[in-house]
Amino acid sequence: MSEGLACSLAPPSRAGLDRLDGRVRVLAAAAAVATILALGSPVVLTLALVLGLGLALLSGLSGRDVAARLVHMEGFLLVLLVVLPLTAPGPTIALGPVALSQPGLDHAILVLLRVNLCALAILTLLAGLEPVHLGHALARLKVPAKLVHLFLFSARYVAVIGEEAGRLHEALRVRAFRPRTSLHTLRTLAYFVGQLLVRAFERAERVDEAMRCRAFAGRFALIADARLTRLDALFAGGLAIGLAGLLLLDRLA
Amino acid sequence: MAHIPDGVLSLPVIAAGGAGAAIGLALGLRALDEREIPKTAILAAVFFVASLVAVPVGPSSVHVLLGGLMGLVLGVRAFAAVFIGLVLQAVLFGFGGLSTLGVDTLNMALPGVVLASLARPLLLGASPARAGVVAAVVAALAVFGTAAGVSAALALSSSDYVPALKIILLTYLPLAAVEAVITGFVVSFLARVKPEILPVLQPPEIRP
Repeated sequence: MSEGLACSLAPPSRAGLDRLDGRVRVLAAAAAVATILALGSPVVLTLALVLGLGLALLSGLSGRDVAARLVHMEGFLLVLLVVLPLTAPGPTIALGPVALSQPGLDHAILVLLRVNLCALAILTLLAGLEPVHLGHALARLKVPAKLVHLFLFSARYVAVIGEEAGRLHEALRVRAFRPRTSLHTLRTLAYFVGQLLVRAFERAERVDEAMRCRAFAGRFALIADARLTRLDALFAGGLAIGLAGLLLLDRLA
Repeated sequence: MAHIPDGVLSLPVIAAGGAGAAIGLALGLRALDEREIPKTAILAAVFFVASLVAVPVGPSSVHVLLGGLMGLVLGVRAFAAVFIGLVLQAVLFGFGGLSTLGVDTLNMALPGVVLASLARPLLLGASPARAGVVAAVVAALAVFGTAAGVSAALALSSSDYVPALKIILLTYLPLAAVEAVITGFVVSFLARVKPEILPVLQPPEIRP
């Protein structure tokens, strides 16, 4: 996608993880997130975070990728984490002039740990999975066929539309357009989106006609001879033991 | 901005959001003729790409959600477009939540879909200028609807979150203004240039 448009770069695909079946990656991410949500002890969550960081780096993500993702926090989460210790009811601890609520502080720490762990799990296991592989994996996981086809088409056309957006963006820059806080900027961006829609709609009509000529009736043959390998079993088994261990530790803690 | 990450919401809220989004997706997919798949997917891709554009607001910037515009262009199929956008965001950038996929889909798609269908009588045969004004109102209200959904999800998850909500709701005001202006101009542009994209402008087809 053109520079100036994309708000962040995709993490690189990683050779080790790409040898796993897409289904295993999707289910692994879901299992990891579910386990993290079930953990209640900050100590166990911290341990999981250390383990998770280790695994993320081991999977081939650079420290910079991980840091960039974890630092990028939603604005409202930041507000939440600041306001919770200041307003939650309960016994307070004085910290200079401000009184911090103990339960609020505990809650904020728990949320902070869980949010970062889940983000790490998604970044490690899902990000970088080829959308086409994901589509096939979802089809094998019995996601409705129409939704899978929509997803596959969209994933394919995001790149095409992104290029189109890049061309429009270049045309704007050639005319010395600089986004500012002004009605002119908003109107220009609106025409940008509108023109993108018009071009995409016309492209869609051509694609549609071409597909009908080739007897498209709403479904493709999803040909992939993906079989679960021993590597998948090993990975799934290892992850299951790890997650079960964390749950057990959490019950004991 | 409207994405709630994993780890903030309580399990009942996650389950309810998932169920609601599943109903919306099922309705959207039922309304989708299989031959319309390429067209809908390409429009979904446009909304995804458009949401990456940063719009400057003072010293900061916002990313538009385009919930209102999606409702006007795609109708109930907007549920599928939003869901696909969220999944793409997770695999392409590693952003977004997995457990909150349902809540996020609902928050972003439902207000636009409902408001666009409510605005339909006002848009039938409207002039481009009038369509733009109606669309601007739809877009602003859709942002407030999304804000209300986010607030409800947080407030129902834990009463401790309630004090923070007032601040969070304030951050939606500039977004609502930006979305209203952009959507208004987009719709009046489309009404002039390519009204076929906006099915809400045309009387419903009589199908044999």
